[in-house]
Amino acid sequence: MNAVSASNVSKIYMQGDVKVTALNKVSLEVAPGEFVALAGPSGSGKTTLLNLIGGLDEPDGGKISVNGKDFANMSSGDLAELRLSQIGFVFQSYNLIPVFTAEENVEYILQLQGEGKAERKKKARAMLDDVGLEGKYDRKPAQLSGGQQQRVAVARALVSNPTLILADEPTANLDSVTGESLLRTMREMNQKHGVTFIFSTHDSMVMNAAKRLVSMKDGAIVDDKVK
Amino acid sequence: MFAQLAWRNIWRNPRRTAIILLAIFMGVFSMIFFAAFSRGMANGMVNNAIDNLVGHIKIQHPDYRSDPDISHRIDDPRSVMDEIRPELPDGSKIVQRIRVEGVAANARETAGIEITGIEPSKEKGVSFIGDAPIEGEMLEEDDEHGILLGAALADRFDTEVGKKLVLTTQRADGETQSRAFRIRGLYHAEIQATEKAYVFITLDAARKLVGNKNCATEIAVTLPENKADRALEQTVSKCKEALKPFNLSVYDWMEQIPAMKAYLAMFDMFLYIWFVVVFIAMGFGIVNTVLMAVFERMREFGLLKAIGMKPAWIIRMVLGESLFLLIAGCAAGTLCSLAFTWYVAVTGIDLGSFAQGVKMWGMSRMIYPAIDIGDVIAANAVVIVLGLIVSVYPAVKAARFTPVETMRQN
Repeated sequence: MNAVSASNVSKIYMQGDVKVTALNKVSLEVAPGEFVALAGPSGSGKTTLLNLIGGLDEPDGGKISVNGKDFANMSSGDLAELRLSQIGFVFQSYNLIPVFTAEENVEYILQLQGEGKAERKKKARAMLDDVGLEGKYDRKPAQLSGGQQQRVAVARALVSNPTLILADEPTANLDSVTGESLLRTMREMNQKHGVTFIFSTHDSMVMNAAKRLVSMKDGAIVDDKVK
Repeated sequence: MFAQLAWRNIWRNPRRTAIILLAIFMGVFSMIFFAAFSRGMANGMVNNAIDNLVGHIKIQHPDYRSDPDISHRIDDPRSVMDEIRPELPDGSKIVQRIRVEGVAANARETAGIEITGIEPSKEKGVSFIGDAPIEGEMLEEDDEHGILLGAALADRFDTEVGKKLVLTTQRADGETQSRAFRIRGLYHAEIQATEKAYVFITLDAARKLVGNKNCATEIAVTLPENKADRALEQTVSKCKEALKPFNLSVYDWMEQIPAMKAYLAMFDMFLYIWFVVVFIAMGFGIVNTVLMAVFERMREFGLLKAIGMKPAWIIRMVLGESLFLLIAGCAAGTLCSLAFTWYVAVTGIDLGSFAQGVKMWGMSRMIYPAIDIGDVIAANAVVIVLGLIVSVYPAVKAARFTPVETMRQN
């Protein structure tokens, strides 16, 4: 069973009265444990495809399934449940909850899953340690650097043991050293936990790190290489 | 963590939170203080009415209320008083009076008045005349020729202490009787109309005037202050039971002044309307603040939904934030209003500068705000329950943001 299966997926947006085809009959299969980069210039449809795979948006045509679950048959509540239990998100601008500490940001998702207090604290700290944030548990996002915030976002995405992580340009706001370090962390997570990663990026460093590079242009996949 | 998140969220913008807390505080403070002030005013009016020769309980001939004529008298008031005295709570006061309609006249003026025969020393603590400020002297028990006049009536008659006044009324045998009295004093009452309505003579003088040596037209009972509310109903029924052989009617004060009872019921209604009006003003502030807080955090709500937070949880979180604001504002408003009201309840509020107006409306010059725990609960319940209801709109709005829309906004 594929981790992700997208078949003939289309998405059209309206910009005023003009129809913009963000995705045009895109098909993509991703196997469990893959480390995939979606590459392409701005407007090529990378983020749209990630959003559709994450169930954050609905396609106008085609079918999407994650771990064999077809989105067409799922309600918004079911999709929220699927995201909570099986999908982790890492966003370009981190999107941490500003009033929570690093530990609480990571812990919160475990609470949504119904995990007990002691257990979620233990898991959150362990995950922050794994991404290199030992001792920074009590810092709020504003007290962390961009790289550190993105690590917290990665820890948050991973702590709930998802099978799939969707990362939308995770290194875009980071300097090259921090970006490389984060990438290494994610690669380690991929290898250690067997989690499937799909990135959108136009950063050559991320493209080089990916084990599979899917190139997109004008809402279509133009190349798909396994390294 | 929901509660933790909600609590921290409300302090993201301390100035905005402080403003809305202040609005809730002011609203609750004004609701509770205004209610206490109004209740104090109503209590003053009730006490004035009871003091105004009404008493908590009154015993009369069954026909006296519809036709206050000396023919509808109590022939042996002593026996009636002896009969009910054991039924009254300790500290109760009991008096007998003669009240008949009559005419007062001097060389300048003639006016219809109510002639009230009293036992002067026993009226203290029972009716206003026992404690009224008097220019001149109070009547002595054995004064058969003295009369007390209201200051307003004396003005109308252009008379003063020491002058004569002739009273005319109907005797028990149906004949008309006139007698001259000398003005011993001029009393002042809370209500100007009272000063114009009543003239006081001793009970013995009144008996002579109506031509019956033993009679009274009413027996009035005043209960001790701390038992007035609780013991009234029970005492009335005991008196009714005790007086069955006498063929007399027993009334509590609400039966005697039904307009006051109706006023109090209407007053309660106005108070709750006031609560809702204050809330409506406050409600706009609450909705506005919560909406601003929600729109500022659209992206965050999108994120929360993206990581798997269900719409119902988002609604719960936003309502939690409102609840914290409402509880904090209500607690501060309630504590401060109670403290302030208690202080003012001791010192009283002097409406002396509106003396003529308050006299006309039957209010006391001094208002002692009275806290009713029911009003405190109602004010808090109105603010918290309606506050949560109006917060549902922004909460639902927050729950409806889709992750993609909110991410695109930024």
